Amino acid sequence: MLDLGKIRGDFPILKRKINNHPLIYFDSAATSQKPRQVIESMKEFYEKHNANVHRAVHTLSQEASELYENAHEEVAKFINAKGMEEIVFVRGTTEAINLVVYAWGLQNLKSEDEVLVTLMEHHSNIVPWENLSRIKRFKVKYAEVNDDGTLDREAFENAISDKTRIVCLSHVSNVTGVINDVKRVAKIAHEYDSLVLVDGAQSVPHLPVDTKDLDIDLLAFSGHKMLGPTGIGVLYGKREILEEMKPFHGGGEMVREVTFDTTTKRCSISWNDLPWKFEAGTPNICGGVGLMAAIKYLKDVGMENVKAHEKTLTEYAITHMQECETVTIYGPKDASVKCGIIPFDVDGLSSHDVALFLDSYGIMIRSGFHCAQPLHEKFKLKSSARVSFYIYNTREEIDRFVDVLKETEQF
Amino acid sequence: MGSFEDYVARIEETCGEERDFVVIFKYDKKDEAIKKILEKAAVKKSISRIVFELSFRDISFRLYGTGKAIFRNLKDKNELKKVLSDILL
Repeated sequence: MLDLGKIRGDFPILKRKINNHPLIYFDSAATSQKPRQVIESMKEFYEKHNANVHRAVHTLSQEASELYENAHEEVAKFINAKGMEEIVFVRGTTEAINLVVYAWGLQNLKSEDEVLVTLMEHHSNIVPWENLSRIKRFKVKYAEVNDDGTLDREAFENAISDKTRIVCLSHVSNVTGVINDVKRVAKIAHEYDSLVLVDGAQSVPHLPVDTKDLDIDLLAFSGHKMLGPTGIGVLYGKREILEEMKPFHGGGEMVREVTFDTTTKRCSISWNDLPWKFEAGTPNICGGVGLMAAIKYLKDVGMENVKAHEKTLTEYAITHMQECETVTIYGPKDASVKCGIIPFDVDGLSSHDVALFLDSYGIMIRSGFHCAQPLHEKFKLKSSARVSFYIYNTREEIDRFVDVLKETEQF
Repeated sequence: MGSFEDYVARIEETCGEERDFVVIFKYDKKDEAIKKILEKAAVKKSISRIVFELSFRDISFRLYGTGKAIFRNLKDKNELKKVLSDILL
């Protein structure tokens, strides 16, 4: 059980009123709110430790470097990686996926190869692969999803083949909240000598994620969806895979040596160690510090508790949303197979009307395609409204939300 | 003569097949904007004065008391700008 009073007290923004109503924030799948501990860690960094990392011998730079490296270590422990060499800091999930596409894909994919994604992917796990396929001429295949939004296992197993070089799928769908069995996917993929890239944007913040147990090769996730700041995210990669990959960005920090050869009149370059080989330029040091504070916060709460709390809220919300005659919920209604994300629509209203109406009552929800248009096409939806929960949400907020939702029947 | 931009903070083209436009009025001008719109447009329906379903010429739209309006079935942003100019000025 979570101490909700204490947790909510840690989030200053929850004291706000929006349109004269207490804020109810049901859009955590887009970005989470930030606890005081994260905000203060970043303030303290800039007030006491700010300097560039890995560049100077002075005290402040040493302090900043230590904090930044500790942040990598903290992330590594959180997802049970072998160590910080497997943790690359990036801007977010999108950049992490693009890093894999352009650092691994550009180097390894040929015209006869196939990349297998699923129809439930966020655009960030579709567009970069489609872009590269137009250059390298490999095929992007899409594994079908069932009518309830779950992955069609048979279709997936039929789609994978000896040509598949990498399987890319979300751990948790950002539209339906469906949890994919990535451990099983990884086992099958490895039988075909394929790599597995998991989009963990909606799983790492909400479930215990153990990269060793899942045996996934690459994992991308964002700090801002897990109580951390925007502009910091993570690419986890098995060390041997990251070692073989060439850098994505070039510049300072990611090189050990750049020497000019007077004979060839060219520079020869040797890469820095992992993970710095992939972190060109001055990184988002303060973002790393904030992410470390966010992870400490989540660890204190306990990821099993986070998961259980969201399951309870999801069950409760699905039950009560179904009391509204005009509301249709999409995706599975069994909270045990999903995270705290519920897509829905209201008869006769566009998702944006629903969102604007709820906004009038201080309730923040998402509307639109949620950057997953292929899945909406599968559901034959023009768009959808979406509520998503996190550790600071309560049953009382759901009651209020359902009451307001019922008012849409007046339209 | 002013511009509709005196009242409008932002125009968002929504994602989704509908391609609606959400107009967000400037906070300090929203009450004035709402008043002007309600003077010129015909109210088809009102829900607790939180939402007004309106029509202006042959265009239907919803206006929220929070200072937002959602327009649909418009050709493009230029048509929206024309409607906003006509209704706000």
